[in-house]
Amino acid sequence: MMKNLENDQTTIQGPAKKGIDRRKFLKIGGLAVAGTGLISYSCENADLSLSSDLGESSEDLRLQNNRGRRVYNLGKGDLGILRFAYVLEQLEAAFYQNVEDGDYFKNANAEEKLVFEDIYEHEEIHRDWFEQVLKPFNNGNSENVLPPLEFDFSSINFNDRDSVIQTAILLEDTGVSAYNGAGPLLVNTDYLLLAGKIVSVEARHASTLRSLYRDNKDFAGDDVVDENGLDLFKTPDQVLSAASGFIVTKINAHQLPSY
Amino acid sequence: MNIIKFLDQFSNIDLNNTSSTRREMFSQLGSYGKKAALAAIPFGLAVSKSNAASMAYSNHVGPLNLALTLEYLEADFYNQALASNVLPSGRAQDVYEQIAKHENAHVALLAGALGDAAVTEPEFDFTLGGTFAPFDTANPEAYDQLLTLAQAFEDTGVRAYKGQAGFLQGTPFLATALRIHSVEARHAAEVRRLRSAYFDMELDDDGLGWITLSKQLTVDPMVPAAVYAGEELTVQAGIDLTSLGSGYSAESASQSFDEPITAEEAVAIATPFFA
Repeated sequence: MMKNLENDQTTIQGPAKKGIDRRKFLKIGGLAVAGTGLISYSCENADLSLSSDLGESSEDLRLQNNRGRRVYNLGKGDLGILRFAYVLEQLEAAFYQNVEDGDYFKNANAEEKLVFEDIYEHEEIHRDWFEQVLKPFNNGNSENVLPPLEFDFSSINFNDRDSVIQTAILLEDTGVSAYNGAGPLLVNTDYLLLAGKIVSVEARHASTLRSLYRDNKDFAGDDVVDENGLDLFKTPDQVLSAASGFIVTKINAHQLPSY
Repeated sequence: MNIIKFLDQFSNIDLNNTSSTRREMFSQLGSYGKKAALAAIPFGLAVSKSNAASMAYSNHVGPLNLALTLEYLEADFYNQALASNVLPSGRAQDVYEQIAKHENAHVALLAGALGDAAVTEPEFDFTLGGTFAPFDTANPEAYDQLLTLAQAFEDTGVRAYKGQAGFLQGTPFLATALRIHSVEARHAAEVRRLRSAYFDMELDDDGLGWITLSKQLTVDPMVPAAVYAGEELTVQAGIDLTSLGSGYSAESASQSFDEPITAEEAVAIATPFFA
């Protein structure tokens, strides 16, 4: 089942070109994932017109009901980037909550339990912190709520160590790529510093998970650090595309700053 | 001089002080007195804590030269470590190889980006004036020292890049700096884990990949306290992390955000290692 996507969602080559839809296979860093597949596609054709409905309408956050589906509009500028980060932290926190509820965690060794407990707390703190940071920007409009997003983790087997850790690694690496890609789009220096304070923690998460699961050099493996010694970098569009299999709530990122 | 005592003294230095205190400290170590001329290090920096706020800083040369200097230091350290035969084979060897590969790549990248504006590579002394012998297989504590130094350099590198990001904002170099910064954080996490495993530490937060408050592994030799000073923050953007949700511990709150250091602070940490 394929999702029709605007062609700018997985590339950084220029502004959105409406009306062009292209089917794309989405890969996430080439990582093979156990289970039925990380990305679930919907056959809905509605995304393009949804974005054209909402893209120009308002710079305020909207949780719209459109064709019966709620859409989370990230909005513009630095606030859009912060909301984007909030989405990712919600995703991670929700994932780790599921991990703690699953059988792998219950039977995990002491080190892995402590690792997942700590990481879960960090992501919860990040999520709750972003919620507070963003609250003042609702323009006092109660309709501009910051919704708890709806996630779909059905492709993950939380009773299986491989499924859990591979997904955790994927999410942390994606988080690093997201902050690295979004950081330069921020205008406010304080926000940049705050993003910087978080991304190194995500990198520590990724490194630790890779260290306890993969080979000796994979904490900063050649699959994530290139020949210049540079870590992953993804635009917000690329990140949201890669994560779309987990996020049920529709997200409009078309007003975000871009390269 | 006992290295712990030296590091303790160093960690007690108020980094806001003028250089006179540092000169005093350095003079106790004989040849170290020469290092007091840290102002001669040609970073092209003019940033200090006091004037940073008022500075309209648009020049990338200072921040990148600070980064390049730290990368020179790391690359030289890891290259010597790999050549020394001190590293146990297996995990330690593999970890240091991977890190060295990256640090050498960082040197090439930053030197290339800076071109003629790049600082020349300093001479380094990882023996701290003869008190360490990290590359000497006859030293039974050589590997311990290699681990301590790696930990200090990696965590300092993360904090230093973080501290410079704001100055690179709006330049094409910010993205590169961020992508190096997160690699150093990966390094830092792994060195911490490697150290914890080697010393067979009891499993707790300090031996995982993140920094708890301003604590570090309590193993000998210790990393200078300055490397972790300020990491204990639990308030971010005016929001008290411990009061969020159903409440979080100060430990978790401090772990979830890493803190920057200024260029001055980074240089102060690195200074004992300049020959």
